[in-house]
Amino acid sequence: MRKLLMGNHAISVGATLSRVQVIAAYPITPQTQVVEMLSEIVADGKLNAEFIKVESEHSAMAACIGASTTGARAFTATSAQGLLLMHELLHWAAHGRLPIVMANVNRAVAPGWTIWTDQNDSLSQRDTGWIQFYVADNQEVLDTIILGYKLAEKVHLPVMVNLDAFVLSHTYEAVEVPDQEKVDAFLPPFNPEWKMDVKNPRAFGGLTSSDVYMEFQYNHHEAMEQSKKVIAETCGEFEKIFGRKYGLLEEYRMEDSEYVMVTSGTISKTSRIVVDELREKGVKIGILRVRTFRPFPGEEIAAALAGKKKAFVIDRNISYGKSGIFYDEIKGALYNKGMNLPLFGFVIGLGGRDVTPAHLHEIVDYGMKHDRPTEEIIWMGVKK
Amino acid sequence: MNFKPGKKVVLEKLADYPLMPASLADMTHNFTGSWRNMRPVIDYDKCINCGTCWKFCPEPAIYIEDNKVNVNYYFCKGCGICVSECPKKCITFEEEGK
Repeated sequence: MRKLLMGNHAISVGATLSRVQVIAAYPITPQTQVVEMLSEIVADGKLNAEFIKVESEHSAMAACIGASTTGARAFTATSAQGLLLMHELLHWAAHGRLPIVMANVNRAVAPGWTIWTDQNDSLSQRDTGWIQFYVADNQEVLDTIILGYKLAEKVHLPVMVNLDAFVLSHTYEAVEVPDQEKVDAFLPPFNPEWKMDVKNPRAFGGLTSSDVYMEFQYNHHEAMEQSKKVIAETCGEFEKIFGRKYGLLEEYRMEDSEYVMVTSGTISKTSRIVVDELREKGVKIGILRVRTFRPFPGEEIAAALAGKKKAFVIDRNISYGKSGIFYDEIKGALYNKGMNLPLFGFVIGLGGRDVTPAHLHEIVDYGMKHDRPTEEIIWMGVKK
Repeated sequence: MNFKPGKKVVLEKLADYPLMPASLADMTHNFTGSWRNMRPVIDYDKCINCGTCWKFCPEPAIYIEDNKVNVNYYFCKGCGICVSECPKKCITFEEEGK
């Protein structure tokens, strides 16, 4: 059934259709509506789940960890400062190999206090061992929650679904809401082999000496690497049932392109307008959207950029003293492929500053006018 | 004491490893009593079996058998809380290895 949903409610509907069993969350703008709606659904008896009210995001993730350790399907949602407060437990969830799914509404980090979007909150969680998706519309929000559980439970890793604050979270779009029966067929109940069970007592996360510790890290990394293949396979299963196609990357007008805008999140959709306009003028340009940040699809990005003349990486985030974060990772992925195409790194739209087609035209113009970048960051829209 | 310690599993190769850092069985092989420097000893002549030590032991390493409190030395870490809480002062704290 087609419904008009804001991004936040697309998350709630996705979690409900996934038949989550435990929800523990703390309200934070711009995510609050996610849990508000879920709390109503649970209170109305429309979802058989425990709704645990907690006093902080740290506790929310702790409750999800406890629930998931017993084999329950656990869900939470947060944003910015809330995600940062969870940081310690993000490691615990991932390294404990718990298939928790969390929606994070990308909000810039304080100070100055802000509620508007950029990606520094979730990108700061890069090395916690979570799978990270960056989505671009509300349909993808809903679908990625359902897909996220399927994937998480296959590879035993938690999944973070990141969406832009307000641009998606509070914007209504037409969303195809799948039938419960179809979702049930795609996502059967979870019954893990490894779980907390009073009949078979074991200790979780106990003292692990140095002669044992490293192999757990190795296994965690291997699971992350394998998850690339599993993402492709799971997206295939999803497409068969629901007819919508997703992957590690999304390409737009890339086939014969010479120039590429490399994007993530909703900027990708604004870029389409720019690409269509430039194509009208005969500029062979396309968009490569990075949908999965961890595991990082370095090989796939290198393959997509092979033979192109120039690429313009657009980051709504920054690693201070280095560059945009996607830019840095993509540059690293090309090095051992012997690829030396001019790769421009733009930082734009921090703290929710609007990114319009005009700004994106400016980015392309800059890239066209320069042979190679001379700086790690080309700042867009800073009042210098 | 009706206690049989569990078997300690050694992880020698990757295939032995559990999915996540979890023990392969219960943790009763893990004798935390080996950490103990001081050993609580109950003087049963003075003990009134009130159960205060049993209640306060944080491990819990005090168990009740035949209506009597006993110390489980496999797991008692020697924190001394029982010594301090005993209302009859009938638990002495003795240095290990003497």
